[in-house]
Amino acid sequence: MNDQSNPARTAADASPVTGFDVERVRADFPALATEVHGKPLVFLDSAASAQKPRAVIDTMCRVYESEYANVHRGAYYLSERATALYEGARDTLRHFLNARDRKEIIFTRNVTEAINLVARTWGRENLKAGDEIVISEMEHHSNIVPWQMLRDELGLTLKIAPVSDDGEFLLDAYKALLTDRTKLVAMTHTSNVLGTITPAKEITRLAHDAGAKVLLDGAQAVVHMPVDVQDIDCDFYGITGHKLYGPTGIGVLYGKEALLDAMPPFLGGGDMISSVTYEKSTWAALPAKFEAGTPAIVQAIGLAAAVDYVTALGLDHIAAHERDLLTYATQRLASIDGLRLIGTAPNKAAVVSFAMDAAHAHDISTIIDRAGVAIRAGHHCAEPLMNRMGVAATARASFGLYNTRAEADTLARALETVQEIFG
Amino acid sequence: MLDELRELYQEVILDHGKKPRNFRRPEHPSGEAAGRNPLCGDQLVVYIDVDDGGMIRDAAFVGKGCAISMASASMMTEIVKGKSAAEAQRLFEDFQRMCTEDSPDGMGADVDEDVEKLQVLSGVRQFPVRVKCATLPWHTLNAAIEGKDEISTEA
Repeated sequence: MNDQSNPARTAADASPVTGFDVERVRADFPALATEVHGKPLVFLDSAASAQKPRAVIDTMCRVYESEYANVHRGAYYLSERATALYEGARDTLRHFLNARDRKEIIFTRNVTEAINLVARTWGRENLKAGDEIVISEMEHHSNIVPWQMLRDELGLTLKIAPVSDDGEFLLDAYKALLTDRTKLVAMTHTSNVLGTITPAKEITRLAHDAGAKVLLDGAQAVVHMPVDVQDIDCDFYGITGHKLYGPTGIGVLYGKEALLDAMPPFLGGGDMISSVTYEKSTWAALPAKFEAGTPAIVQAIGLAAAVDYVTALGLDHIAAHERDLLTYATQRLASIDGLRLIGTAPNKAAVVSFAMDAAHAHDISTIIDRAGVAIRAGHHCAEPLMNRMGVAATARASFGLYNTRAEADTLARALETVQEIFG
Repeated sequence: MLDELRELYQEVILDHGKKPRNFRRPEHPSGEAAGRNPLCGDQLVVYIDVDDGGMIRDAAFVGKGCAISMASASMMTEIVKGKSAAEAQRLFEDFQRMCTEDSPDGMGADVDEDVEKLQVLSGVRQFPVRVKCATLPWHTLNAAIEGKDEISTEA
């Protein structure tokens, strides 16, 4: 595809970031060549789910075609091959998050399942009436609802750490919430709505000082920057594959080995047992204890391929490219009359939420879709945050490693059409 | 691109969306229901005052949402006022069909004035995810007539 067939990519889009050739990167993602309503797709919804590079698609096809069997079972070539690839994926993820041991990497469906796993096992085992859990105002429903369910079951208290009007995490206010009854801090590492990156290391240190464990929701963070769970020193960390340019149906719960070891199993079934009799079953060792049933084998291998892909590009390079896009898009959108940016914390990922006086987020999304621009409109599974920011819904443009400045221009021009129609 | 969008966002819709009619909470409604589209956050409460003979004396609403949902609610309250509850429910059925079917049967030559007014919203047919925005107020009215408290498009 050349520049003429795709006005969203012009020569003006010279990347100021050395070591990152966005045009070459774009060619790795077949879906980006899609046309929408006769226009080149401008995909600005990667925070909901990212497109997949050829490397992931090809890896998954290859496994299904020639390397597929169930894992951990067969004493035959294909099963051994699939097992090696699946367990190799675990090694890749261990390295990616810099976990100390591969046993600390539990494959789950997504972050939602990772959080529910911790709530249902560690939470039920370790929390009692009167204990406190601290979350933030920026949480996705997936890091609110499991704790509410546990609160109602056990008689816990849920405390909410506030953000400023700009969407900045208020560390002092958070610190003031911690007491000797605080047993868990469950916090996003990067807000899916505001883009705010929370000071994870500091949050963790303060929680540990108060005697609380820390779970971080890394669904958005791990996409935009290098994450080192040992450096942060958090106790649990959840990521999801499909936002990381990998497949759906696969995610990871990282947990410190001693904690995971002491936790009861989550789901019972095959693969998670050591022995089963009608009287009693004993549990398998980590990580199998938490992976009941046939896992998402090919998805795990696909996720590892995605991790290899972003690692080869360089997470630092990706972060620099996205920072440039964020700065550019923020300036471009801020200059549009009647447009209000929601979330302007100094340390944020390439997520730009906004509201327009002229039109509701839903109308904005419908209108700019006709220009080929895909954004998210709504409450982003974060209704309490919407209430906090005083909006019913926002429009959200989220940028990934394959987006360009020219696409931010296309977005801005499309938003001018919204003004034109709603006048 | 603009033509199709103008078809959806016709002047009359923009007008009702910006200045919704009957946007108020009546003192003593005989019925009310809350409607919600959890996927996009549209929410409204529809109030009706139905007399002993089953005639809708008053219809009003409050809420927030996109232009389509607000315009649809506004136009609906204007149209159902003075109708019987049964007539309003028939209009709801007609409206639902015109928002989802390309050439709804039985709405040819002899469409009445009310159905004709509502046709302006039928542009949502080309925008499948927006159909619920247009029909939410009617679902909510229907719930109010049937004495239900709330309705969700995802229920």
